[in-house]
Amino acid sequence: MLSRQLTQRLVFAFITLTAVTTVLPIVLVVGYIAWLGAPAISWEFLTAIPFNGMKEGGIWPAIVGTLYLTLGTGLIAVPLGVAAAVYLSEYAKDNRLTRTVRIAIINLAGIPSVVYGLFGLGLFVLFLQFGTSILAGCLTLSIMTLPVIISTAEEALRAVPQSFRVVSISLGGTKWQTIWRVVLPQALPGILTGVILGLERAAGETAPILFTAATFFLPRLPHSVFDETMALPYHLFVISTQVPGMPIRVQYGTALVLLAFVLSMNVIATVIRSRARARRQW
Amino acid sequence: MKPKRNWLELIVESLIRATGYSAILFVALILIFLLREGLPALAEVKLGDLFSARWYPIEEHFGLLPLIGGSLIVTLGAALIAVPFGLATAIFIAEIAPRWAREVLKPLVEILGGLPSVVLGFLGMVALAPFLRTTLNTPTGLTAFTGSLLLAGMALPTLVSVAEDALDAVPKGYRDAALALGATKWQTIWRVTVPAARSGVLTAIMLGIGRAIGETMTVMMVTGNAARLPVTLNSFFLPVRTMTATIAAEMGEVANGSVHYHVLFTIGIVLFLISFIVNLAASAVVFQQRKRAERLLS
Repeated sequence: MLSRQLTQRLVFAFITLTAVTTVLPIVLVVGYIAWLGAPAISWEFLTAIPFNGMKEGGIWPAIVGTLYLTLGTGLIAVPLGVAAAVYLSEYAKDNRLTRTVRIAIINLAGIPSVVYGLFGLGLFVLFLQFGTSILAGCLTLSIMTLPVIISTAEEALRAVPQSFRVVSISLGGTKWQTIWRVVLPQALPGILTGVILGLERAAGETAPILFTAATFFLPRLPHSVFDETMALPYHLFVISTQVPGMPIRVQYGTALVLLAFVLSMNVIATVIRSRARARRQW
Repeated sequence: MKPKRNWLELIVESLIRATGYSAILFVALILIFLLREGLPALAEVKLGDLFSARWYPIEEHFGLLPLIGGSLIVTLGAALIAVPFGLATAIFIAEIAPRWAREVLKPLVEILGGLPSVVLGFLGMVALAPFLRTTLNTPTGLTAFTGSLLLAGMALPTLVSVAEDALDAVPKGYRDAALALGATKWQTIWRVTVPAARSGVLTAIMLGIGRAIGETMTVMMVTGNAARLPVTLNSFFLPVRTMTATIAAEMGEVANGSVHYHVLFTIGIVLFLISFIVNLAASAVVFQQRKRAERLLS
């Protein structure tokens, strides 16, 4: 029989090893793509329109498309999500209705992204006749992003100490004045972190825009919200599976641009969070 | 001045309430539109055909079993990999790791959560699959196992962060009591902390699996997409085709309103129901846990 201390040492070593094995591939994946993708990156690659069956030129329309989709999603999902979070944290009573809302949010978070794509196709593209468009894509991505924004924003709002609210109300502020002038500003960094993490997911998703917004190839930039658009994730999917003879360099380059786009959002969110934590006075 | 303020207050409050309820509306809308487009399939295809083992839409064979089987085997494999690795990582981060290691590991896990699934699928296709093909000596690297490996990666961030939160939420008093009774740190973790956090850990596992079964782009790119029923054990190392990949791959090519189109929405209904059940079960566990905590504290 092993002594308890020895068992502990063995188990801890094993768990540490497992944790490292789990996390190491993440570093490898990012490093691998950066290493093989970097040679493809040039000013032309980032800013030119693709030509010659997308084998030459750049990925500018895809970059712009992803920017449009991400910003559009933010425009719709942020006000909705933050308002819903304010409702849950400041107004909702603990009753059956509130619980139903919470269960609905949990379910929204769990619905597979491709099912969002089907839903967007059914409602926005066909029923409301927006067609395959930036608008339909943004609406679909917004509903998908909503649960992330709601839950992180609610957490940020709840973290604001009750005493802040009490003081504001006792000075004669109404409930809304308290929320608008005291609670929301205090919770802002937390909300921002959640918003960015939510939009990061939207920016990287392919399945929801597959039938709602994305197009194989567009020799120009989209003109209006009713236009189809290229997008980085869909572009990577297309050039790595649908276009024979696509130079591997271009594929890695596209993957790197998408990764950089998404990871920089991640880094911004992390920085905002840690700075807010350091500066917090409560 | 005062009445005006009250009006504003009232309008804002009702707007905020409405957005709060909108989550229910969205779930209902999603269900309604899936049913609207998917239910006609039940009238167009005989029920027996839907439960047959042949998916070959060109000849109007719409057997869903190979696709359901494909999703199940890939998810099962992912769970077998992700659960032990995820729980070990969660225990390491929450209980064992020194502070600096925690500060490094948590953002890394978050980065994994942010990796676009299409990037993982791409890497799986160009790097992992050829590697597995030569090491495992299989005819193709695009197999259920390749899908499971990558899906495990996609399930891990959810699993780790939820499980870690659950472990973190165990009151310090529990650990102190166990340590004071002479238990080692590991005995405390294994016999006190983990059991105390078990409902949260269970939620983590369920949410992680829910993530895996709904993943689309990665599995579509690396599992080979052969619609065959995975009945034998070696199916792990053969190509399979999941429900999600089928929708993603075929929806672009079907005519709106055709039988095939309706069947693809039916698959969407199945996926919706699976995620609904998984998440309902997960939230039931959470609510139960909260009630128990309230009882203990009162």
